[in-house]
Amino acid sequence: MSDLLELKNVTKTYSRGLLSRISTTALNDVSLKLEVEQPTIMTVAGESGSGKTTMAMLLLGFIEPTSGQILYKGKDIHTLRGEERMMFRREVQAVFQDPFAVFNPFYTVDHLLTVPIERFKLAKSKSEARSIMFDSLTAVGLRPGDVLGRFPHQLSGGQRQRINVARALVLRPKLLVADEPVSMVDASLRANILETLRGLQRDYGVSIIYITHDLTTAYHIANSIIVLYRGAVMEAGAVDAVIKTPQHPYTRLLIDSIPWPDINRRWGETAIKVRESDLSSGHSSVGCRFASRCPAVMDKCKQSPPLYRLSEHQAASCFLYEQNPSIAPEKLTELLPV
Amino acid sequence: MPPVLQVNNLQVTYYTDAGRARALDGVSLTLTAGEKLGLVGESGSGKSTMALAMMRMIKPPGRIEGGQVIVDGTDLTALSEENMLKARLSKIAYIPQGAMNSLNPVTRIGAQMVDAIKAHDVGSSRADIEKRCKHALESVDLSNSVFKMYAHELSGGMKQRACIAISILLEPKVIIADEPTSALDVVTQRQVMETIDRVQKQIGAAVILIGHDMGLMAQFVDKVAVMYTGRIMELSTVREMFTDPKHPYAQALIKSLPNLENKGVFNGIPGMAPALLQLPGGCTFHPRCTFVMEACMTQRPQSTTLAGGRVLECHLYPEKA
Repeated sequence: MSDLLELKNVTKTYSRGLLSRISTTALNDVSLKLEVEQPTIMTVAGESGSGKTTMAMLLLGFIEPTSGQILYKGKDIHTLRGEERMMFRREVQAVFQDPFAVFNPFYTVDHLLTVPIERFKLAKSKSEARSIMFDSLTAVGLRPGDVLGRFPHQLSGGQRQRINVARALVLRPKLLVADEPVSMVDASLRANILETLRGLQRDYGVSIIYITHDLTTAYHIANSIIVLYRGAVMEAGAVDAVIKTPQHPYTRLLIDSIPWPDINRRWGETAIKVRESDLSSGHSSVGCRFASRCPAVMDKCKQSPPLYRLSEHQAASCFLYEQNPSIAPEKLTELLPV
Repeated sequence: MPPVLQVNNLQVTYYTDAGRARALDGVSLTLTAGEKLGLVGESGSGKSTMALAMMRMIKPPGRIEGGQVIVDGTDLTALSEENMLKARLSKIAYIPQGAMNSLNPVTRIGAQMVDAIKAHDVGSSRADIEKRCKHALESVDLSNSVFKMYAHELSGGMKQRACIAISILLEPKVIIADEPTSALDVVTQRQVMETIDRVQKQIGAAVILIGHDMGLMAQFVDKVAVMYTGRIMELSTVREMFTDPKHPYAQALIKSLPNLENKGVFNGIPGMAPALLQLPGGCTFHPRCTFVMEACMTQRPQSTTLAGGRVLECHLYPEKA
């Protein structure tokens, strides 16, 4: 089996300040692997500041990791040149959060779709280009006649977001990085977009990295999940296991805070500790990152806990599970079902 | 209990170059003190227009064309501009969407709070005003030090709570919260909603929560009103709405919700909300409705109240039992 994308001990640190360097670790030693043969949907979840968007930027090659490597088909994406680089740009596509901000208001939708076709020489003739456009729009559940020739302001948020997916699809990508693709779309249209994404994985063999803070949608669309908190992996595994039986105190808090649309299931009883670190920027980067808010905090938590394997498809980075065997961060992928 | 808020047949029209758009088409509802109402609907259904109309903050080319908003016995639509200024915040307060953008970035949070009190209450001493502000900050779980801070020093959740603190300074009778948590993550969202819940109980205000997150509604409100094309399609208690929705649109909305039991099942609502400038005739939902009948295409259904107090606008439920 060959690897499509591999993250090798990737760490990203942002520094600020000229004289006294203050650095924030946005992503700490994350290793991941996606395989070509088995397209999957993997969720990266966490609240704001957890490093999810940093991860998307790294995957897309927009920023370079401070340490570690990101390999695409075995090659470091920052050393790709020429044809290989074009290939990477074509095969790894993105859908971003805000369907209103990513369109150029002066061009019609056609422009957005024809540019990649021309740029990558995907069509030999105008009519072929047109049929590619039609196919990809149909694949995301839009009627080409409804949207072609229109300006972005004439379309709804849900339509625009699906056009973004269609644009990515035109390029026949191998990997789609979707950063909060539904968080700004009406709840009634979310289902349609999620269905579209799942269809891409199922019918077109596209692997999807679904980045979100919304665990409800993650549960419905993904096979596996990685929960991040301030740049570190808190819990990872099969989406069913992690969401139905969360083990890490942070994951529990997250899942407890989901407002389920079910009046018989009340909002969690566990009280929330306010993130005091919001006020003081100087928090230590050693030890468990969740320790300051954790209800089960122990002395030990001043050290960084490794990932403890709880079952075949679940692991949590927490000393509460010390008795379980620990696994190296590089082995994270083994936990994730495809 | 006498109602603290009564909205009667409220109508708002936007006059655009392309024609008149009726953003609010005769909306009526009643709330008693301490009651929490959720206002849900897709973008463009008139939720935010409703909030702005109640605050009398509709800007041209929009106009309030008719109807009344009665808060605590006073008809806001009949007030002079000056008296309306006084009524805002003291009778009816508004927590806007995206708090990060609604605080003034160049004045301290405290100064903005003091301003708000001074505008309504000229007589109080500085020390007294400051005490009230700090009390308000405490009641939303913010430390006193926030009084001296600028907006950029606070996190999103803290900014939103600072906005809540401002909105309750004068203990209004009605609080309108327009998607107060749409930009926040789940944990912070829960904190903010719990804060609203607590202060609302403290001052006994009625709350209107606007949003499209049905999960939040299920957890927070007592009654839900489902809006579509500027009209209320169904108004029920939260339990009725989630267990037995009546209106086909409400049914589709409830069915589209993800939960733990139906993994991988997506039930989106087919079609899209019509543009306000080209509303379909008859019932505005009929092109997307699965139960469409002949009458739906030509006749607009009248608002009917079922036994038990549910309000519906649909030909399937013609008359009061």
